[in-house]
Amino acid sequence: MLNYYLAIVLTPLAAAIIAGLFGKQIGRAGAHWLTILAVGTSCVLSMLVFKEMFWGGAMSENISLYTWAVTDGLKMEVGFLVDRLTALMMVVVTFVSLMVHIYTIGYMHDDPGYQRFFSYISLFTFAMLMLVMSNNFLQLFFGWEAVGLVSYLLIGFWFKRESAIFANLKAFLVNRVGDFGFILGIAGVVMFTGSLDYGTVFLSANDIAGQSIEVLPGSAWNAMTVICILLFIGAMGKSAQAPLHVWLPDSMEGPTPISALIHAATMVTAGIFMVARMSPLFELSETALAVVITIGAITAFFMGLLGIVQNDIKRVVAYSTLSQLGYMTVALGASAYSAAIFHLMTHAFFKALLFLAAGSVIIAMHHEQDIRKMGGLKKYMPITYWTALIGSLALIGFPGSSGFFSKDLLIEAVKDSHWHGQGAVYWIAYLSVLLGVFVTALYSFRMFFLVFHGEERMDAETKSHLHESPWVVTVPLILLAIPSAVIGWFTAGPVLFENYFQNAIVVAEGHDVLAHIGETFWHGSLALVMHIYVSPAFWLALAGALTAWYLYLRRPDIPEKVQSTFSGVNSLLERKYYFDDLYIKGFAAWGRGVGTFLWKRGDQQVIDGWLVNGTAQSIGKLAVVMRQLQTGYLYTYAFAMIIGLTVLLSWLIWFR
Amino acid sequence: MIGLEHYLLISAFLFVLSIAGIILNRRNLILMLMCIELMLLAVNFNFVAFSRYLGDEAGQVFVFFILTVAAAEAAIGLAILVVLFRNRRSINTHELNEMKG
Repeated sequence: MLNYYLAIVLTPLAAAIIAGLFGKQIGRAGAHWLTILAVGTSCVLSMLVFKEMFWGGAMSENISLYTWAVTDGLKMEVGFLVDRLTALMMVVVTFVSLMVHIYTIGYMHDDPGYQRFFSYISLFTFAMLMLVMSNNFLQLFFGWEAVGLVSYLLIGFWFKRESAIFANLKAFLVNRVGDFGFILGIAGVVMFTGSLDYGTVFLSANDIAGQSIEVLPGSAWNAMTVICILLFIGAMGKSAQAPLHVWLPDSMEGPTPISALIHAATMVTAGIFMVARMSPLFELSETALAVVITIGAITAFFMGLLGIVQNDIKRVVAYSTLSQLGYMTVALGASAYSAAIFHLMTHAFFKALLFLAAGSVIIAMHHEQDIRKMGGLKKYMPITYWTALIGSLALIGFPGSSGFFSKDLLIEAVKDSHWHGQGAVYWIAYLSVLLGVFVTALYSFRMFFLVFHGEERMDAETKSHLHESPWVVTVPLILLAIPSAVIGWFTAGPVLFENYFQNAIVVAEGHDVLAHIGETFWHGSLALVMHIYVSPAFWLALAGALTAWYLYLRRPDIPEKVQSTFSGVNSLLERKYYFDDLYIKGFAAWGRGVGTFLWKRGDQQVIDGWLVNGTAQSIGKLAVVMRQLQTGYLYTYAFAMIIGLTVLLSWLIWFR
Repeated sequence: MIGLEHYLLISAFLFVLSIAGIILNRRNLILMLMCIELMLLAVNFNFVAFSRYLGDEAGQVFVFFILTVAAAEAAIGLAILVVLFRNRRSINTHELNEMKG
């Protein structure tokens, strides 16, 4: 199997290098064929690995390939840990990546940076696979930073746009905050266990939990809590959890295919994957889990609300991504890791679908992204319409769709997580995910109705050019719509209740909410759909969709009235809770102030002014005085020599 | 009886004379060269006197060396002087002050 793993990882890398360095030689068609073949190979092999795991009875493998360095007993290795969690992630990553590769042919058709784009997304696939297949913290960190780098490059893909440069710098800086926590967490792990290897660390997890660490003098904290919270700060940066979420909406400045691949389906879920992978550690700290569930709940609900007031088609989907990532985080905090990964998988399909559908609309609208200028696109773009409908239904959890199984069971798991007690944390989490369903349905169908139904608000010029996108765009839409619609039926049972993950995910004795639900609540997929009427989430989703229909198709005057009546709330939402203002005018301005001070005072005044130019100037001034001695007359020099001679002689005579 | 000190006195007198020549004469370069030669002669005088006084012949050998070098130096100095005169039509030291800072 090792050869499979190597091929899975290295073919996208090779394709990325060739397409990147020799893009001119192989041409546009060469670049897309090469990278699609490479990622296609990766995808097929990943599916084979998955098949071997699931049906072939292959055991999980932990292979250390190469020792990069050994220092003071700390081994830094490159290796693969392929278990069922990894296999699932590999299939999701390579499949969505393949779809996005194909889609890009249509979306980036006229772009001058065509080969560069394919090189980047292929490189991304490599980095993401390294991340999920890693068997140690160092390689995890490598993949983590590499996907961050590619994300940075791709957000700023159109580097001539001011806003794109701002957005990619913002993403980079915000991720630095998270990564700082992440690397501190890894350092903590190394400090207590002396190893970077997952297996060794997990074995000594109980030792860590037994120790305490004094972060601030005089306050001893449990070492495991500190490590887990630090690791989770890394996840907050990468998975865009409040308050480190601000970069994700701005990342929509990048081309739509990467919004689908990186900022919806795969990279942003790296944090979720990481926490699930670290479940043996997180399970030992209930404090850390409480932090996780609270942050997730806040993100899930409040970021969803922002989706309602956005008018940019991609930003609506971006806020919906934030909110769904919040759902996954809540599931992690409730110890329902399988539910989080399951939602990650279904979300990857339907959110990539929604983004690609949005991209298809954007192509048709000639890169107009404002949903207020769309409407009635249903009859022009039937394939995009139906696939977007499937994606939206999956997103709101329509019975039978993939999102229904993952979200409904996730909410059930949160409801059941009584071990958090009946305190504030539990109720915040439960109410957030429940009310979030209504909000999700409202913003999803607001966007859906404004784009595809109602009156046609675009100008006549655009209208005359409206047509369905080419097949390279619609085929990925259809291929993503299929799993979005049906994958929940036959995966919900195995993944959540039939111990699919085996020992890849560890859940502590009293925390296992999914096992409890499995005994009391779960009677198969069909039963769940049949008994939908008892689920409050279903009624909330229905109410949300109907509200959207009433407000935006029947009575479009009401939203305007609401906006003007509650202008305070409206501006709070439109300013995104003032997070951007706080960061840009607060932290960033403070940083720039310090920078300006050091530049003006430290560099220009002290170093340049005093040390460099000051020395030169004082030497110059001294020289002006000193050169008066050089008269140019021979007898002056002779006289000076004689004086010198006399002085030396007298010194010799009297002082020696 | 003429002793060592008389020779040394003459030597010192010659030396001071030549210094005075260099400092006081501010015009003529040839005079300056002559003063330098006189300075060397004063030194030679010392050498010979001490050689005699200490009974060491090495001092007198040195005098020959110095005389030779002084001759060569005078030749070069005069040659430079001639070239200088050709170029500037003057050997007045007051006009030779291009080294002034």
